[in-house]
Amino acid sequence: MKCYIGIDLGSTTTKAVLMDADKQVLGQGITNSRSNYDTAAAVSKQEAIIGTRFTLAHRALKEHGAVNGSTDEFLNDLERSFRMEQYLEQLEDLENTCENYVTGPRFAGMEKDIGTALQEIFKQLADEAPPMFARGAERKSEFFRDIAGGRFMSIAEDAADSSSLPFDLLLNVYDKSIIEVENRPPAGDLAGKFGRALDHIIEQSSEMELQHEKIMEPLKEAIAVELEETYVVGTGYGRVRLPFPKEHIRSEILCHGLGAHIMYPNTRTVLDIGGQDTKAIQVDGRGIVENFQMNDRCAAGCGRYLGYIADEMNIGVHELGPLASKSTKVTKINSTCTVFAGAELRDRLALGEKREDVLAGLHRAIILRAMSIISRSGGITDQFTFTGGVANNNAAVKELKKLVEENYGKVTINIDPDSIYTGALGAAEFARRAAMEGDIEIQGEAA
Amino acid sequence: MPVQEIIQRCEELFEDLSFSSVRAWKEAEPGRKVVGYMPIYVPLEIIHAAGMLPLGILGGGDALEVIHGDAYYQSYICRIPRSTVELGVTKRLDFVDGMLFPSICDVIRNLSGIWKLMFPDVYTRYFDTPQNFRSDIGGEFYVNDLRELVSGLENLGGRKISDDDLRASIEVYNESRRWVRKVYQFRSEQPWKVPASEVYLLMRAGQTLPVEDHTQMMKDYLAAVENEDRRMKDNCRVIVNGSFCEQPPLGLIKSIELAGCYIVDDDYMMINRLITEDVESEGDHLLNLSEAFIKHSMAFPSKFEPNGEVQGHYLADIVKQRGAEGVIFAAPSFCDPALLDQPMLANVLDERKIPYIAFQFAENSGQMQPIREQAGTFADSIKLWSAA
Amino acid sequence: MNTETKPDVVKDASMLKQKEMIAGNFDKLTDAKELGLKISSTFVPGNLNELLMCFGIVNNLPEINALNNAMRKQSGPMIQDAEKMGHSEDVCTYVKADIGMMSRGNIAPNGKPMPDPDVLLLSYTGCYTFLKWFELLREQYKCPTVMLHVPYQGDGKAEITQNMRDYVIKQLKEEVIPTLEQVSGVKFDIDRLRENLKNSAKAEDDLVWVLESAKNKPSPIDAYFGGVYYIGPIFTAFRGTEDAVEYYRLLKGEIAERIKQGLGPVTPEGEVFEEKYRLVVEGPPNWTNFREFWKMFYEDGAVVVASTYSKVGGVYDYDGFRHDPDHPLESLADYCLGCYTNRNLPERTQMLVDYMEDYQADGLLVNSIKSCNSFSAGQLLMLREVEARTGKPGAFIETDLVDPRYFSPANIKNRLESYFQMIEQKRQSGAVAA
Repeated sequence: MKCYIGIDLGSTTTKAVLMDADKQVLGQGITNSRSNYDTAAAVSKQEAIIGTRFTLAHRALKEHGAVNGSTDEFLNDLERSFRMEQYLEQLEDLENTCENYVTGPRFAGMEKDIGTALQEIFKQLADEAPPMFARGAERKSEFFRDIAGGRFMSIAEDAADSSSLPFDLLLNVYDKSIIEVENRPPAGDLAGKFGRALDHIIEQSSEMELQHEKIMEPLKEAIAVELEETYVVGTGYGRVRLPFPKEHIRSEILCHGLGAHIMYPNTRTVLDIGGQDTKAIQVDGRGIVENFQMNDRCAAGCGRYLGYIADEMNIGVHELGPLASKSTKVTKINSTCTVFAGAELRDRLALGEKREDVLAGLHRAIILRAMSIISRSGGITDQFTFTGGVANNNAAVKELKKLVEENYGKVTINIDPDSIYTGALGAAEFARRAAMEGDIEIQGEAA
Repeated sequence: MPVQEIIQRCEELFEDLSFSSVRAWKEAEPGRKVVGYMPIYVPLEIIHAAGMLPLGILGGGDALEVIHGDAYYQSYICRIPRSTVELGVTKRLDFVDGMLFPSICDVIRNLSGIWKLMFPDVYTRYFDTPQNFRSDIGGEFYVNDLRELVSGLENLGGRKISDDDLRASIEVYNESRRWVRKVYQFRSEQPWKVPASEVYLLMRAGQTLPVEDHTQMMKDYLAAVENEDRRMKDNCRVIVNGSFCEQPPLGLIKSIELAGCYIVDDDYMMINRLITEDVESEGDHLLNLSEAFIKHSMAFPSKFEPNGEVQGHYLADIVKQRGAEGVIFAAPSFCDPALLDQPMLANVLDERKIPYIAFQFAENSGQMQPIREQAGTFADSIKLWSAA
Repeated sequence: MNTETKPDVVKDASMLKQKEMIAGNFDKLTDAKELGLKISSTFVPGNLNELLMCFGIVNNLPEINALNNAMRKQSGPMIQDAEKMGHSEDVCTYVKADIGMMSRGNIAPNGKPMPDPDVLLLSYTGCYTFLKWFELLREQYKCPTVMLHVPYQGDGKAEITQNMRDYVIKQLKEEVIPTLEQVSGVKFDIDRLRENLKNSAKAEDDLVWVLESAKNKPSPIDAYFGGVYYIGPIFTAFRGTEDAVEYYRLLKGEIAERIKQGLGPVTPEGEVFEEKYRLVVEGPPNWTNFREFWKMFYEDGAVVVASTYSKVGGVYDYDGFRHDPDHPLESLADYCLGCYTNRNLPERTQMLVDYMEDYQADGLLVNSIKSCNSFSAGQLLMLREVEARTGKPGAFIETDLVDPRYFSPANIKNRLESYFQMIEQKRQSGAVAA
């Protein structure tokens, strides 16, 4: 089948959306952007393809009524199992890469001991995998680096202690290897991984065994569907370096505007607060950008500002919103300057103000800044859509809703939990349009 | 009237971003007009002679949340124009019939054009003062410039401004300036009796009150403050420089004093005392106003100093005159006049071995801790230095 | 279109001529003491070159030195030197680059030290910073400093009042000319001034022809990046000279030839590209990354057809002003009063609207310069107004004149590309709707 893929290379994460000819989104993928945009694009694309396979599988199974109980549950099991396969594969890659680095004068005489230690570490890592991917288990991240990295450190530390090997050598090997592994294009053989994942589930479930044939048939069909990458469009912060020819690249503003329009066709104003920039976009009834404004050179009030505040307070970024929501009296914070934020924060806390009140003030400050950018782009006249990482922060959303109403009256405010994919969605639609352009022209002539 | 009562009244005026006292003045009689002006100097006498109330617009302070104003200005431009636009956009200045933008810097100059585009119904004028100080050149230009202002205000008010009107207004403002000078003199002599924040609020009240009321208020204040039992502290005497346009938050002024510094002179609200001597009230009034500016106005950064020999001396001279021990440069961020002037002023201070510190603020600065620390350290070092 | 141009376009006769003129002036400046010449420092807007020539005074323009240093990647450390000397990070980087240049021996582009000026001609035209700049230089050079206060055209009706004109003329007569006589020892000869002004007017005619050639489709010139070169002689030490007349004659001929051949603008890379977007640009260029910046335009097919920066040292096209030998001092006064940044915002806005229409532009791009409040304060409103009045999209980017710290290539490219694509998208949708 024909697939249209949009890839949004952000400063922190890279997103991909896969769309079919009927404008249906079949799969989404996300990965950390790392230093290698080629790989980030490839990984996010593969993730979107994996998602597509699951969507197709879901459709196929539903059609065949193939699973007892809930199809969703089965597919969830399958996905967890698949993720574990993926994880084990990457772990193996990491192990092999590590082994290759145990060489040179630093390791002279210790090669064997370090080799053994690595084997131990990776065995343990692999053993830890099944519970990590068990039903109901929570992982702090879906990115390989985050999952494997933390565990490697602590296991390696123990290993170093018990074998009196220098920990920094193990760390050195890991650091070099993880960069190499991360920047390697993703492994293929999705079919194999699907197969093994399925075997796992079947092993674990007696009831499933009975249905084996019934499941395998449609599933195989779904996996076998050829996904043709008909057209790919890239966008985003790092898109200058996207591995695509120029005509396959669209500006993030255009993509964002169109993406928001697809999600909410009545949107006229889009606000996106990302890590590096804040943008306000005005679109018309067809999703065409009429005007846009971004934060000026000064990145005050962008997502990074919150990250900085979180570091300053020694808490996680995702904890900021809930904490700020407890505020009863919002402290007035005047600086959205990241450089001054820390100082102002400390000053306020030193004056005895409550953490939640100061945080609420900081959230308000960010939104005030965004309000100015919206005003600069022409204000809000109709439906308004808020996207980007900060759209997941309740405290920020609360302030935004309040200020929008104060300044522009009652308007519909859309916030989609998948708003992080807005840019990639727009890019996918651009891809679909670009591929169909020929057809449209012909239609146009006929008309 | 007790000091507290006067200061409380000043505070109310200061905090009222809707300018209800001015609105009330305007509504009290039909046909009354209000003319706003920005720093640093406009001849208030002419506005007064036209029967209008001059209203000093000094930004929005730290209480105003700026949303739309920011949409008009880049991040590297100071704060006062954005909060002023915010006041305009939010209709807080909808009763203002005319606006004067003096030739203080390019930002305020261009704000005059912004105002014309945004509020086409308001009488808006860029007000130029001469940079040539010969009566027959700059003076003549300025007289004609004033004449244009007179006719502009006559059109706005629908009535002629007579010679008698002008004479009376000149006299009223002469009196006002005499009392302003008295307040400053009194503070310089007994700064423990007159906290900087009170002088600030008192002078600030002059930006909204009719001048006659303000003069009375200064009289009342000086009378009342004599009787206040305020104890002298071991503070050092400083001059604050650089805050002649965008205003610091009141907390900043208080912080300087709390840190152990008596402010014995400043350049806040220079319009109250920029003309240093009485304006001649007989003869050609516009010529008199022009001569007063050319010959008897204080130095300020936007005014060219024709004599290179005395470039930058004015601040050091004030230090001497007030018996101050040091200077605090407190300029708003991105303020071209203050920041470009500062190195020249500092050179003269260096030559005369007058200590100084410098920091920047914005009208909505929220952090006072670093200012308290700097000013405190400065005060301590001055004390140590003078003890040694 | 898209034909490769011959490499010899780079060696156009006008270019060689200009190069020679500039090098000659730098040599005159650095050898002034040996040649017995006096030097004046003055600014580009309100620059009184014809008058200085009457006294045989060589013209040194600190803005030009600063931008020269920036183009040769030397301004960054100079600015930092000045900041170490106590100059604020917030203020104009032309000033700081100049002060930093001084502290490094004032070396001219020809490698020789620039002698101290004999007079500072403070033509206070359209920029507040000029005032402080020369006060700062006066501290250093301790030379005669003469102020020429050019009142701002503030009243929004686009007219120079007689009062303004008289004031400027009086200052010329009573302050500027006597000071220049004193410094140079040369008596003022108004006929010499008339001769110079005659040359100015001739060159100005040809300059206007060149700027207006951008009304052609495709435009044979880029009126911003290329425009910087075209305005060079007339904005600096050459207005009023035979050399300038000759330069513009040559230039006009070359451009006439390009029009005939249907060629687009000359770029540093020599190629003639397909004209995809016609833009009007407001604001000065960035000098530290001038070529990189320009490339972001021409590689996407964006041509600047009109710019306000090319009016900063004199507006000759908009209301037809010419230096006038029959009214020498009056026309010098009107010249100063009419410089672009000496005009108020409503008028600057209207100029942009008119340029958009007269040059059939696709949009307005504002390059907002951190250093230059005279240009920058109010540009966001101008942008909004021009968009509303023309119905054409605008965009806003930020850079600085000579501070390399304020040029963020990825950021600017990102915005420019978004903007070009937005124009394209709107154009396509407009075509579909039509």
